[in-house]
Amino acid sequence: MRSTDMKAKIIVTPKKAVLDPQGKTVANALEQMGYQGIGAVHVGKYLEIELPSGDAETWRKKLDEACHRILSNPVIEDYRVEID
Amino acid sequence: MNFAVLQFPASNCDQDALHVVKNVLGQSARFVWHKENALAGFDAVIIPGGFSYGDYLRTGAIARFSPIMQAVQTFAAQGGPVLGICNGFQILCEAGLLPGALIRNRSLQFPCEHVFIKTASNDSPFSNRIPEGALLRIPIAHGEGCYFADESTLDQLEANHQVLWRYATAAGEVTNQSNPNGSLRNIAGICNEARNVAGLMPHPERASEPLLGCSDGRLIFESLVSWLQAKVAKAA
Repeated sequence: MRSTDMKAKIIVTPKKAVLDPQGKTVANALEQMGYQGIGAVHVGKYLEIELPSGDAETWRKKLDEACHRILSNPVIEDYRVEID
Repeated sequence: MNFAVLQFPASNCDQDALHVVKNVLGQSARFVWHKENALAGFDAVIIPGGFSYGDYLRTGAIARFSPIMQAVQTFAAQGGPVLGICNGFQILCEAGLLPGALIRNRSLQFPCEHVFIKTASNDSPFSNRIPEGALLRIPIAHGEGCYFADESTLDQLEANHQVLWRYATAAGEVTNQSNPNGSLRNIAGICNEARNVAGLMPHPERASEPLLGCSDGRLIFESLVSWLQAKVAKAA
C-alpha cells in the first residue's frame, strides 16, 4: 500500500444563522415519509480531494486556506477538513 | 463614455447589457472576456447576469478568480464604477467587493416575473437620476437571489444608506409579500461604502426599452452615464 494514498474529505455546511429552505424541505419530506421525531435537517456539500503526495499537516494548512478562499464562503458556510 | 461588459463562461445577459448601453443609450461599449487582464480606457464596468461556470460550487465562486477580476479590483479601488447585475451581484459578493452573500431563494423556486423595487437611496452613481422612494418595475429571474448578511452588517448597510433598492408592492410598501426570494430586509440592491460598486438581483437591462414593456430600468444606466459625465465635467 502506498504511503501517500491520502484523501481529504471536506464538509461544508450552512451556518446556523443562515436560512436553509432546502434543509426544511428535506425535513418535511422525511416526516411525510413516516420518519417521525426528526429534528432539523441541514443540507451541505461534501468534497473529496485526492492527495497523491505530501504530508497530512502541510495539506491540512493548504486546504484550510483553500476553504477560506474558494471552497466555502465564510459569510454563509462553516467547513471542516478531515485527512486520511 | 466607455463601458466594459464582462463575459465569463456561461454569462448570458451580456448581450442585453451591451445593447442597452450601446444602442439605447448611445455609449461606447465592448465585451471584455474574463481572461483579459486589463481595463485600461474604460469608464465603467458592468458584470452581467447568467450562470458563470455553471454556478458550480457556489454562484459566482469561480468567476471571482478569473484573471479579469484582478483588474476589476484595481478599477474599483481607484473609484471606478462597477455595476453587477444578478450573477454579477453574486460575483461581486464572492469577490468581497460587496458585503454579504446571495443564497437560495427561500421558496426554493426560480421566479421569472416583474417586481417592483423601491429606490432607498439616490445618492449613488447608479440611482442619482431616480427620485428617492420611486418605484421601478423590473423583471427578476433567479434561483439564488436571497440577500444574506449578519445583523451587524445589515445595520451598517442601513446606517450608511448603502441599500439602494428594496422589493416593494405596487403601492410602494416594503412587505413580506412583495419579497420574491426571502432577502433580508427586502434588499434587492446595495452599494459598497465608497458607493462606486453596486449590485442588484433584478435585470434593468431587460426593462430599458418600451418594446419590452417597461423602461424603468433605463434610469439606472442613465444615472451611471450622468454621473460619469459630471465627473468628466468637474475634472475639466
